[in-house]
Amino acid sequence: MNYSLTILILLIPFATFLFNGLVGMKFKPIVSGLIGTIGLGVITLLAYLTAWQYFFVDGMVGGSFPKVIAMSMEWLRLTDALRIQIGILLDPISVMMLVVITTVSFMVHIYSLGYMKGEKGFERFFSFLSLFSFSMLGLVIATNIFQMYIFWELVGVSSFLLIGFYYSKDSAVAASKKAFIVTRFADLGFLIGILLLSYFTQTFDFKVLTGTDQSIFAQTAGVSFLGMSVMTWAALLIFMGGAGKSAMFPLHIWLPDAMEGPTPVSALIHAATMVVAGVFLVARMFPVFYFQAPDALTVISYVGGFTSLFAAAIACTQYDIKRVLAFSTLSQIGYMMLALGVSGYGGHEGVGYMASMFHLFNHAMFKALLFLGAGSIIHAVHSNVMQDMGGLRKYLPITHITFLIACLTIAGVPFLSAFFSKDEILVAAYEHNKLLFAVEFLVAGLTAFYMFRLYFNIFWGKETHYHHTPHESPKTMTIPLMILALGSVFAGYIPFSKLVTSDSMPFESHMDFGIAIPSVLIGLTGILIAWILYKKESKIPERISKSLGGFYQAVYHKFYIDEVYMFITKKIIFNCIARPVAWFDRHIVDGTMNGIGWITVTSSRNIKGMQSGNLPQYGMVFVLSAIILVLIFSFLI
Amino acid sequence: MDIASFNLMRNELILVGIVLILLIAEIFTKNENKHKLISMGTILFGVATLINFLPLPEGQLFGGSFQTTRITVFMKSILNMGGFIVFLQSFTWLKREENNGKIGEFFILIISTLIGMNFMISSGDFLMMYIGLELATIPMAALAAYEKFSEKSAEAGIKLILTSALSSGILLYGLSFIYGTTGSIYFADVVSNVGNNSLQTFGFVFFVAGMAFKISLVPFHLWTADVYEGAPVNVTAYLSVVSKGAAVFIFMIILYRVFSSITAVWEPLLYTLAVATMTIGNLFALRQENLKRFMAFSSIAQAGFILLGIMQGGQLGMTTVVYFMLIYVFTNLAAFGVISAISEQTGKENISDYTSLYKTNPKLSLILLLSMFSLAGIPPVAGFFGKFFLFTAAGAKGYYILVLIAVLNATVSLYYYLRVVKAMLIDKSDNPIATFKTPWPMRISLLICVAGIFFIGFASFIYQYISNISFGIN
Repeated sequence: MNYSLTILILLIPFATFLFNGLVGMKFKPIVSGLIGTIGLGVITLLAYLTAWQYFFVDGMVGGSFPKVIAMSMEWLRLTDALRIQIGILLDPISVMMLVVITTVSFMVHIYSLGYMKGEKGFERFFSFLSLFSFSMLGLVIATNIFQMYIFWELVGVSSFLLIGFYYSKDSAVAASKKAFIVTRFADLGFLIGILLLSYFTQTFDFKVLTGTDQSIFAQTAGVSFLGMSVMTWAALLIFMGGAGKSAMFPLHIWLPDAMEGPTPVSALIHAATMVVAGVFLVARMFPVFYFQAPDALTVISYVGGFTSLFAAAIACTQYDIKRVLAFSTLSQIGYMMLALGVSGYGGHEGVGYMASMFHLFNHAMFKALLFLGAGSIIHAVHSNVMQDMGGLRKYLPITHITFLIACLTIAGVPFLSAFFSKDEILVAAYEHNKLLFAVEFLVAGLTAFYMFRLYFNIFWGKETHYHHTPHESPKTMTIPLMILALGSVFAGYIPFSKLVTSDSMPFESHMDFGIAIPSVLIGLTGILIAWILYKKESKIPERISKSLGGFYQAVYHKFYIDEVYMFITKKIIFNCIARPVAWFDRHIVDGTMNGIGWITVTSSRNIKGMQSGNLPQYGMVFVLSAIILVLIFSFLI
Repeated sequence: MDIASFNLMRNELILVGIVLILLIAEIFTKNENKHKLISMGTILFGVATLINFLPLPEGQLFGGSFQTTRITVFMKSILNMGGFIVFLQSFTWLKREENNGKIGEFFILIISTLIGMNFMISSGDFLMMYIGLELATIPMAALAAYEKFSEKSAEAGIKLILTSALSSGILLYGLSFIYGTTGSIYFADVVSNVGNNSLQTFGFVFFVAGMAFKISLVPFHLWTADVYEGAPVNVTAYLSVVSKGAAVFIFMIILYRVFSSITAVWEPLLYTLAVATMTIGNLFALRQENLKRFMAFSSIAQAGFILLGIMQGGQLGMTTVVYFMLIYVFTNLAAFGVISAISEQTGKENISDYTSLYKTNPKLSLILLLSMFSLAGIPPVAGFFGKFFLFTAAGAKGYYILVLIAVLNATVSLYYYLRVVKAMLIDKSDNPIATFKTPWPMRISLLICVAGIFFIGFASFIYQYISNISFGIN
């Protein structure tokens, strides 16, 4: 039971951050890159050792995995009851997150050695990456909600710095600002939620909050505001923070724009780690939500469900490959949120919780792979847009194969990792809410469709005339792709129901074929439609001319089906659903945010006349104000 | 009362001593050696600052007119540190040709105001408090008009003296009512006679109005921006940090010690002022171009946040306010240090002049970035902790709506603080401020500020210490 080395998991990235940030520019760029990468390699190893020891050496105590406080010290005493600790908490989800973050971050570090080579500010990039890894790791091992909030904001700052890395690009700058301000707006709710929760329970500590002793919530009984109990308010406000970071509708608007950052950053922050912080937050506080604020949980499930559908619909219409992946990320996080929302507590009831964490783990692998693959493609053709691609399978064999594996995984093809976790999510949804189940079932099909639309457009289809022949990326970039591809294939065989569960007690989960088979079928249908529409799109005219003879009927028939598919997808789905949804997103949701800014600026312009520089006027205002205050306070009170 | 008990006035006496030494030194220094007074004054003051950290027994002098407690000593130390940093930042500016004849003046005037503030904080009756307040104000006007050939500086001086005369009048008027209804000016006697009396409330509101002027609370803030803009940068820095800090401290002490029985009156009053101050301060700050004006409105908005802590009324409230002020000294002076360094080098003071500063002067721009983050309250820099504890204090008293307004305002403030960051790091300029080397006293001052910004938030023993020595309404 000794986890004293876990503190190094935090200290090493912090040290590499300081080194690269302060003296990195004095050395050759590759030095700072290597220092960052080696540091990350060491903590990846440490994280694996910690996980090994936690799950398999120490194992369960009394039938469940304990919450181990590996380190803790008292930091502040606000009142005698309300104290703030700073420390390290190890439990199944935090250990799992350690593994996810270090793995993906390590891969991204290696990859960036190649991808960012020759970029200006190489050492700055690596120091920001270290800062991000440090804050994200600090977030997941926090022992209390206050410590978590500090790292939460630090994560936001490092994300801001990384999105705006190409600071000479206006769009990157705008995007980083948007991301920072939208998430800060959400954190406002989070902060109030924390204050409410701590005021009523007199504790910040996760171990106490999520423990079995429910008496700490005694004070909240009967307190309500605007018809909702105070715990529902606290839970919803805390979820607001989570929704901001995890880009849930309607706070999702920053994520697609955040794709302006360097691609490895998108892989690390906006796919695998930071954006799932909201899911992690809800999972961390799950017993509080489940026992004290079940209504909030219902809200979470609907927000998750809606976001996943909405984002999947938009993903079908995008041409920028990173944006397709961004919307796909939104959709998958929606899945995870939904699974948490419909989950029960304990045993098989808690299958949603387990599935959510399971999917988070798998998603980190395959989505990081997709983004890094996209980075490799962009690196080869110097464009983000699908129209500039096509036929790339010949030039980028490794990228092609690994990208295909990731696409198959996300589409839910059997025996790849997401197949298992998606099935569990659908089982959880089916047991608790049939409507949400139907939505998720549909999204599974859409997901397969848009991913393969992407895949066929990039690697098959008509070949664009490239200025110079695209060539495969260097080893530093392809090796992480291969490792992550292995992860996407085999992560599904980790027995999550034995390790990461809502009450930390293992339970038996088994495949529900009644759900698995239809979900695989709808996935395959999606792939098929994409195949028909996009793989051979450029060859259709050629085929028609060839088949004008005896095969006319068959070709006609195929043409007809094509048209129907075209009509259904392009005319009905795109125009009637996806376009309005995208419009709504662009105009109403964005517009509201812009409107708030406009009101602030206008009102500040209108009161500017008050500040005239005219001294007699100042004196008059002063005396009048004093008199008015006297009138108010001596006679009205 | 023996001679040893004068030890209670340690800081005040040492400061008076320094003023006398400087006066004499000024006479005996040849014109070409005048600049040596800068180092001399700074070193002497630095020693005084250090001495004040030594422990001091609690006690009172002059029949209770002057009181020393551990919290007042700590407050004085905060002000001393602020003064010391301002001195360090003034080196280059004072070495200018046109300031040669009045270097001594600068030190003497600033230290005089500090003496006034010290007496004010330690006061045990309204008379001592008022004298201290005036001693802290009148030299301030001379300081604002320090660059007497600059029209703006002269205007700032005149504006400050006229408006503060008005506010002192109002304050005295209020105090006279309090004296009239309670029959005493001693805090200890007044407190037992304060009650639900509308004449008293009348006097009390006027007293609050007078104090609100010093702290620049809306609607008594109108002088702030003009004076901050016109005065020399270093004087503005001093005004926004030390002057304001002293006024906040004495205001809080009097509310807690004298008006503890009428919290029902001052809580809604402060509530109103807090909401107005945060909101109006923020709205004005949004559109400022001149950095000194910008900092003026930012400091107004920050004063609104401070009221949240004061309203808590207990030990927690005082702790959070003192802690916030401590952080605020380092944070604000870091910003003013950078503004002063750049203004000294180039004469530029507008946000738009700062575009691409990161490329030419990365260290300065990073310091300004840290300071802006700290003012905006972004973890993990100290400003976040300061603000968080203020909010906790108000939350603990049950002012949820107020906390909500404050958090909203803090979010709005993020917008304008980031504007500065954006200009420095992100916007492109064909003609950025050229790279220059900051003089060493400025570097030391900025180093102290940065260390403060990072360190104080995480050094919990400081918070614990303040908590131990604070008091609240029982």
